[in-house]
Amino acid sequence: MPLVTSKLDAMLGWARKYSIFQYPFVTACCGMEYMSTMASHYDMDRFGAGLPRFSPRQADLLMVVGTISHKMAPVLRRIYDQMAAPKWVVAFGVCTCTGGFYDDYSTVQGIDTIVPVDLYIPGCPPRPEVVLEGFMKLQEKIQRETRGPWSLGKEGWGRFTGGGAE
Amino acid sequence: METRKTGPAAAFEALAALKDEGYNILVDLTAVDFSAQGRIPRFEVVYRVACLDLDTGLETKPRVEVCCEVGEEPALRSVRSLWPAADWLEREVWDMFGVRFADRPDIKRLLMYEEFVGHPLRKDYPIRKRQPLIGPKEDPVEPVNLNKAAQKVDYE
Repeated sequence: MPLVTSKLDAMLGWARKYSIFQYPFVTACCGMEYMSTMASHYDMDRFGAGLPRFSPRQADLLMVVGTISHKMAPVLRRIYDQMAAPKWVVAFGVCTCTGGFYDDYSTVQGIDTIVPVDLYIPGCPPRPEVVLEGFMKLQEKIQRETRGPWSLGKEGWGRFTGGGAE
Repeated sequence: METRKTGPAAAFEALAALKDEGYNILVDLTAVDFSAQGRIPRFEVVYRVACLDLDTGLETKPRVEVCCEVGEEPALRSVRSLWPAADWLEREVWDMFGVRFADRPDIKRLLMYEEFVGHPLRKDYPIRKRQPLIGPKEDPVEPVNLNKAAQKVDYE
């Protein structure tokens, strides 16, 4: 029986990592690098992630691309809560990782204060090669993963965000 | 570029005269907080206008800048009737600096959210003050202990 379940996990991971549907949450200049990563020259479609979904209900990877302001933060949290598990979050660019050089009144100092982040891609903006490197790292993580932070609910990430899901 | 100084009472007439001279574009409307220099009144509201020939797309006269010293009390008249673009720019000036306009008593913030308290581009707004809607109320990282003496800048 352990052999069966471990093989099932491996199969699920394999299926998930090659059929990633992204939700591009693009707010700033990193969007340019995201677009060039998605376009034919670098071609994200090679990794099975070529089809972005513009509904969080149909997506399983939240790509947060660009600066997130405090005004935008409740929207981002809501989008994350609307996504169906299993789900992953990528912080694309240094603004989403730490706030970057926007150490000021308007900017969220790292989106990991709002939603759990699986992969940080620093850079201002990161080059497409770095994005693809990060993407392959995320695929490895998805392959290994059996229960991610999405399974923790209010007991897990809810304590950081003052109540979890709305 | 020519710079003209006016008082808050005469500002609207001065700008209306510029509009009649053919200055049809309001390039910018912003404010500067001079409270760090001890100026009274503390703000200077800056209007920049351009005269654009709409057939050729060329500016036919040099631009004019109108500066007007105002305090926190509502003293200036809105120039929305001259240039509709002033609507959002006045809202931004209210949002960022807290400069009021006499005939806009319930002006709304433009950039910050309604829950935000204060005006972030004022020089007395605390530099490390955060007002997040969700998430931790403090920065996750300890603030850098900046040397107070190094912060002191001589603006003159």
